[in-house]
Amino acid sequence: MMKGSPFSDRNSKNSDKTTINVTDGTLIPLKDEGSLLSAWNISFFGAIALLILLPVLSPDPYRRILSFVPDGLIATFSVTLISIFFALLIGLFAGLGRISQKRFVNRIATVYVEIVRGIPLLVQLFYIYYALGPLLKLNGPAAAVVAMSICYGAYMAEIFRAGLQAVPRGQMEAALALGMSRSMAMRKIIIPQTIRIILPPIGNEFIALLKDSSLVSILAVSDLLRRGREYASTSFRYFESYTVIALIYLVMTLFFSRLVAMMEEKLRHRGKVH
Amino acid sequence: MEKYIEIIDAVKNFDSVKALQGVSITVKKSEVVLIIGPSGSGKSTLLRSVNRLERLDSGRIFIDGESVTDADADIRHIREEVGMVFQSFNLFPHITVLDNITLAPICVLKKNKDEAIDSARKLLAKVGLSDKEKAWPEQLSGGQQQRVAIARALAMNPKVMLFDEPTSALDPEMIKEVLDVMTELAREGMTMLVVSHEMGFARAAAHRIIFMDAGQIVEEAPPDTFFTSPREERTRKFLEHIL
Repeated sequence: MMKGSPFSDRNSKNSDKTTINVTDGTLIPLKDEGSLLSAWNISFFGAIALLILLPVLSPDPYRRILSFVPDGLIATFSVTLISIFFALLIGLFAGLGRISQKRFVNRIATVYVEIVRGIPLLVQLFYIYYALGPLLKLNGPAAAVVAMSICYGAYMAEIFRAGLQAVPRGQMEAALALGMSRSMAMRKIIIPQTIRIILPPIGNEFIALLKDSSLVSILAVSDLLRRGREYASTSFRYFESYTVIALIYLVMTLFFSRLVAMMEEKLRHRGKVH
Repeated sequence: MEKYIEIIDAVKNFDSVKALQGVSITVKKSEVVLIIGPSGSGKSTLLRSVNRLERLDSGRIFIDGESVTDADADIRHIREEVGMVFQSFNLFPHITVLDNITLAPICVLKKNKDEAIDSARKLLAKVGLSDKEKAWPEQLSGGQQQRVAIARALAMNPKVMLFDEPTSALDPEMIKEVLDVMTELAREGMTMLVVSHEMGFARAAAHRIIFMDAGQIVEEAPPDTFFTSPREERTRKFLEHIL
C-alpha cells in the first residue's frame, strides 16, 4: 500500500493500541515536564505570586478578601476529608461486593454503582438535602457529607474493584497452597498489592472531591466558595472575589496533584506487580 | 512401602469439558511420579486437586492417610504439608526474596522469626541463591524466581511436593538450573508429583511416568520402558511429537 495514502494512515492508526486516559482529577505532572517552565510550575507559582502580589499592590479589596475567605477553607477541608473517609469505607465494601461470587451481594453493589454514577453530583446533593430533607432531617453540612460520600463511594468502588482484580489470581493460589486462610492471604498478600495499585487513583479522586466540594456551597455550607460569594454580594466586588477564590482552589489542587505524582513515582520503584 | 498420595477415581467437569474422568493414582513415599500428556488432558487439574485448589466432582484423595476431599477435611493443615510450585512462579512481588520464604513459616506455622530466617538462608543456599535474599522478585530471572518458589515451598517442610509445569515459562537456558534443584530433591527422597514434559528430568529422576489424555490415564510405566516400548498407540503418537 502506498505510504501516506489516507487508507494506510487510517490502518496504522487503528492498529495502534492508543488509550486515552482522562481522569476526573487535575492533570498529573509528567516526569519529563520537570523543567522550570513546566505547566505545573507556571500555574502553581504564578497563582501563588498573584495571591501575594495582589494584596500588596491593591490592599483594597484583595487584603480584605484574603482575610474574609479562609474561614471557608476549614469547611471545605472538613467536608472533603470526612467525605473521602466515608467514600473509602463505602468503596472498599462496594468494591469487594463487585467482585463477590455471591450473586445477591454482587447485584446490590453493581446497582449502587450504576445508579450513583448515572446521576450528577449536584442532583444528588439536591436530592439528599431538599427531596429527602423532610425525611432525613439533615442540616446542610451533614447532607453535603452524606451525598458526597455516597457519590464518591461509587467511584472508589470501581477503583477498589479494578485494584483487587489487577492482582493476578496465582497470588491467592500461592498463598492458599502455603496453608494460609483466605482472610490471611487477603491481608498479607492481596490487599498490600492492591494498595500500591490504587493509591494514585485514590489521590486523584481526593483532588476531584476537593474541587467538587465547592458544590456544597449551595446547601448553606460556609465553604470557600460560599465565603467568596458572601463577600462579593456585600461589596459588589465580584471580579476580585472570585479571582481570589479561583486562585486558592488552583494552588490547593496543584499542590495535591504534585503530591500524588510524587507518591506514584515512589511506588513505581518498589515491588512492581507483573 | 506406604501409600503417600492416593487418588481414587477422580472426576472433574468444567461446564461441558470433562477434565478428569475417573483417574486413580497411587504415589509411594519417596517416589517421583511424572505426569505427561497433551494440553487439556487434565494433568494440571489432577495436580491442583491434590491440595484442593480444584475441588473434585467425585472421587477421593488421601495424603499420608488424611482425606483431602472430605467436606470436613482440615484443608489448611493438609496444605501446610503439601508444597506446590507453579508454572508462573507466583512469588509475592511486594516483599523480598527472604520474606517470600519466611512469611508462611512465621504466619502459618508460628515459627519464631530467627529460626525461620535461619532455615530460609539454608534453603537459599541449597537452590544456589544465597546472594539474593534481599532482592525483590522482579529483579530475578525466571529461573531464579522458580528456584526461590521451590525454596518457599520447602520452607514449610512438606511431606509431598507438587510441580505444575515448573519449567514451561522459562527460557531454555534457565530450565536446567531448575531441573537440577528438582533432581537433587528427588535424590534426597522427597515424594514428588510432577506435571512436566522435561524428558531429561524424567530419565534422571522419575520412578514412573503416567501418560494422560482426555481426562484419563492411558498408560503408566517406568521411564526406560515408557520411552523405548510404549504399549499404546496414543502414547507412541504423543512421544513422536515431543521427542
